[in-house]
Amino acid sequence: MTDATIPAATGATGSLLEPDARTRRRNAAEARFRLYGLIAVGIGLFFLAALMISIFMNGAGAFQQTAYTLPIEFRQDVLDKNGTGDIETIKSVKTFAYKPLIREAILREIYRLDIETPLAGAKVKGFSSDLDNLFSDGAPATLRDMVLSDPGLIGQTVTVKLIASSRVDGYLKGRVSRESIARDKNLDAVHLDLVDELRAAGVVAKGFNLAFITGPDASDARPEQAGMGVAMLGSFFMMLVVLLLSLPIGVAASIYLEEFAPKNRITDLIEVNISNLAAVPSIVFGILGLAVFIQVMHLPQSAPLVGGLVLTLMTLPTIIISTRASLKSVPPSIRDAALGVGASKMQAVFHHVLPLAMPGILTGTIIGLAQALGETAPLLLIGMVGYIASNYPDGVASGFLDPNSAMPAQIFEWAKRADPAFYERAWGGIIILLVFLMTMNIIAILLRRRFERRW
Amino acid sequence: MSLAKLTASALAIAAVSATAAAARDNVQVAGSSTVLPYASIVAELFGENFDFPTPVVESGGSSAGLKRFCEGVGETTIDIANASRAIREKEIKACAENGVTDIIEVRIGYDGIVFASQINGPAFTAFEPADWYNALAPKVVKDGELVDNPYTKWSDFNADLPDAEIAAFIPGTKHGTREVFEEKVLAAGCEATGALEAMVAAGMSEDDAEDACIAVRTDGLSVDIDGDYTETLARIDANPNGVGVFGLAFYENNTDKLKVATMSGVAPSTETISTGEYPVSRPLFFYIKKAHIGVIPGLKEFAEFFVADEIAGPDGPLAEYGLVADPELAATQAKIAGEETMSN
Repeated sequence: MTDATIPAATGATGSLLEPDARTRRRNAAEARFRLYGLIAVGIGLFFLAALMISIFMNGAGAFQQTAYTLPIEFRQDVLDKNGTGDIETIKSVKTFAYKPLIREAILREIYRLDIETPLAGAKVKGFSSDLDNLFSDGAPATLRDMVLSDPGLIGQTVTVKLIASSRVDGYLKGRVSRESIARDKNLDAVHLDLVDELRAAGVVAKGFNLAFITGPDASDARPEQAGMGVAMLGSFFMMLVVLLLSLPIGVAASIYLEEFAPKNRITDLIEVNISNLAAVPSIVFGILGLAVFIQVMHLPQSAPLVGGLVLTLMTLPTIIISTRASLKSVPPSIRDAALGVGASKMQAVFHHVLPLAMPGILTGTIIGLAQALGETAPLLLIGMVGYIASNYPDGVASGFLDPNSAMPAQIFEWAKRADPAFYERAWGGIIILLVFLMTMNIIAILLRRRFERRW
Repeated sequence: MSLAKLTASALAIAAVSATAAAARDNVQVAGSSTVLPYASIVAELFGENFDFPTPVVESGGSSAGLKRFCEGVGETTIDIANASRAIREKEIKACAENGVTDIIEVRIGYDGIVFASQINGPAFTAFEPADWYNALAPKVVKDGELVDNPYTKWSDFNADLPDAEIAAFIPGTKHGTREVFEEKVLAAGCEATGALEAMVAAGMSEDDAEDACIAVRTDGLSVDIDGDYTETLARIDANPNGVGVFGLAFYENNTDKLKVATMSGVAPSTETISTGEYPVSRPLFFYIKKAHIGVIPGLKEFAEFFVADEIAGPDGPLAEYGLVADPELAATQAKIAGEETMSN
C-alpha cells in the first residue's frame, strides 16, 4: 500500500543506513538547536553562580564580628560613689561614665603586653579620647546593662567581650586598609599598629556574629551593632497577617468561583480581573495601602499590620489562581461519585475535593508568602523604611501595631547609609533573606512531592 | 469550619490590637533626612540610658516632617519634627490652624555642604561661587553680554580649573540642601559674575532677576539628584569628571573615594564651619510640640538629652559623626529647660 509507494514516489535510491543530504541537514539543525539550548542554560547558570558568589563574597563578612576580650574593673568610685548599692543611684550613672573604664582596661592591656604606642599617652579631651575609636559606641552600654542587671558586679573585675568599632572590624576583615584610612578622621595608622599587636596577643579576634541575626538595627554611628532581628520579627508579623487573611479569603473565593458560581459574564469578568491583578506592579498596591489604610482608615504608619494588609492584597491573586488550578485538577469523577452516593454539593467539595486539592493550595500559598516576604516596593510607601528599627515588640499587639521594618526594607535601608560598613550588612541581610526564601520554596516542593496525587 | 475560626481569630486579633494602640509611651520623631542620622544616634543613646523606650525616628524630608507635625495635637501625631531649615511663616500658620500653637525651636548645630569629586579624577581643588554659577546657570555674562550658557568645560571660564566636561550632581528641589546651595552658591555667584546686574540692566525686576539667578541649565550638564548622597556617590563613581554636592558628614565617611574642594579658598571642616569662615553651611533644627510635654513620657528628657554637652557638644558623638557643634549650645539648653516657645 502506501508504505510501498513512498520510496517510489520520492525516487530515493540510497541506503536507509546512509543519511541523505536532507536528513543530514535536519540532524544538523537539531544538533545546533541542542547546542543553543545548552548555551542558554549555561548562560543562566553562569549568572546564577556569579550572583551567588558575589552575594557570599560581599555578605559573608557580616556574619563575623571583631571583639576585644578585656578584664574590666567596675570601679565603685565611678559607678556608685557612696557605695549605697541603691539601684536608682546606679541608674543615674550614664553610659558616658563607663567609657573611662574601657580606656583603663585597654591601657592596662597595653602595659601588660608592653606594646609601644603613642596612644598610651592619648589625652582625654572633653568626653572622648583617641582610644575610644577602637571600640563600638555601644560598648559602654554593654557594661551598663551588665551592672544594672547585677549591681553586685560593682567593685569587681570581670572579663568582658566588647565589640570593636566598624573601622577596626573592617581592618580585620580586609575591608579597611592602611591606604584607605589615610584621610579618615575616625582611625589612624597608629590605631592599626596597636590592633596588630593586640591581635597577635589574642586580645582582639573575630568571632561569629550572632547579634547580626538576632539584634536590632543601630544608628549610623555604630554599624557594627546593626542586626536583622527586629526586622525579622516585623516580617514575621506581616506574614502572619498575610497568612491569616489571604488563605481563608483566597480559598473561599476560589472554591466559590470554581465549584458554585454560575458561568456567566460577571464571573468571566471577575476571572479576567483576578488574572490582571496578579500582574499589577506591587508599588501600585503600596499607593493603594497608603491611601486606604493610612489616610482614610488612620491605621498607624510603619506598622506590620498595614504592611501585612497591603501584601495580602498582593498575594490574594496568586493564591486564588493556584487554588483554582489545584481544584480544577481534581478529576470530576470524585465529585460525581460523592454526589452519586448522596452527598450535598458542599459535602462533596469540603469532604472530598478540598482535601485532594490541599497540597496544591498549600504550595501556592507558600510561594505567595515567599513572594510577599521579599517584597519591598509597597513597604516604602507605607513608611517601613527611613528609621531605625531598634525596639523589639513587647507583645502580640505591639508586634502588629508598633512601627517596625521588614527584612527587604531593612536591606534597602542599610544600602542607603553613608558608612561602607552598612553595605556589608546589606549583603549579609540578603543572605538571610535568601535562606528564608529557599527554605519556604523547599517546603513547598516537599509538600508537593509528598502529598500530590496524580490521576 | 476551621476556615471560619481562622478568619474570626484574625479579626479578633486585629480588634484587640487596635484598642491597645491608644496609649503611646514612646517619643515619635519625623522629618529631615539630614537630621535623621543625628536624631537616631541620640535616640539610641537615650534608649540605653533612660527607662523610657527608644524614640522612633523617621525620615521623609523637612517639609513632610513639618506637615505631619502641624496635623494637630494628640497621641496620633508626632512630637518632634526635624528640619534642615528654619520653619516658615506659612507652616507656623498651618500649625496654628490645627491647634499646634506652642512650638519650641531647638537649633542642634550646623551642617556644612561640600563639593567633592572622584579621588582619582581631575584636580577639582578650589571653587568660587562664580565658578558654579558659570557652570550651571542657563544664562551667563560673557564679554560683558548676557548670553545663553556656552560653557561645556570648567576650563572654559576659569583657566585654573581642570580641562574637564561639566558634570555636576546637585541635590533635587525637594531637598533642604538645595535651598542652601541656591542661596549661598548660585545667588552669590550670580552677583559675583555681574549677571544679576546685567539682568536688572536688561529690564528685569529685582525679584525676577533673583529668581533667574538660581535657575539651573536644563541641557543635561547639571543633574538633579532626588535620592540621597549614596546616589550622588554612585554617579561620581561612574563619571570621573563628575562633581557632586555632599553633606560634610557623608564626605568624612567616604574619604577613601572622594576628594573635597575648597570654597572661596576655605576648606570645609568642623572648625571652619563653626567659625562661619566656610560659606556654605546651614543650621539644623528640631521643633517640639509643647502640648505633648508631660503627656508623652520622656519627651522633655529626650530633648534635653539631645542638646546636652556630652551629646551635641564639640566632643560628643554628634560632632564625631560630622555635626558642627553650636557655640551657643548653653542658650539652647536653657530654652528647653524653660520650655520657651517661639514668639509669634
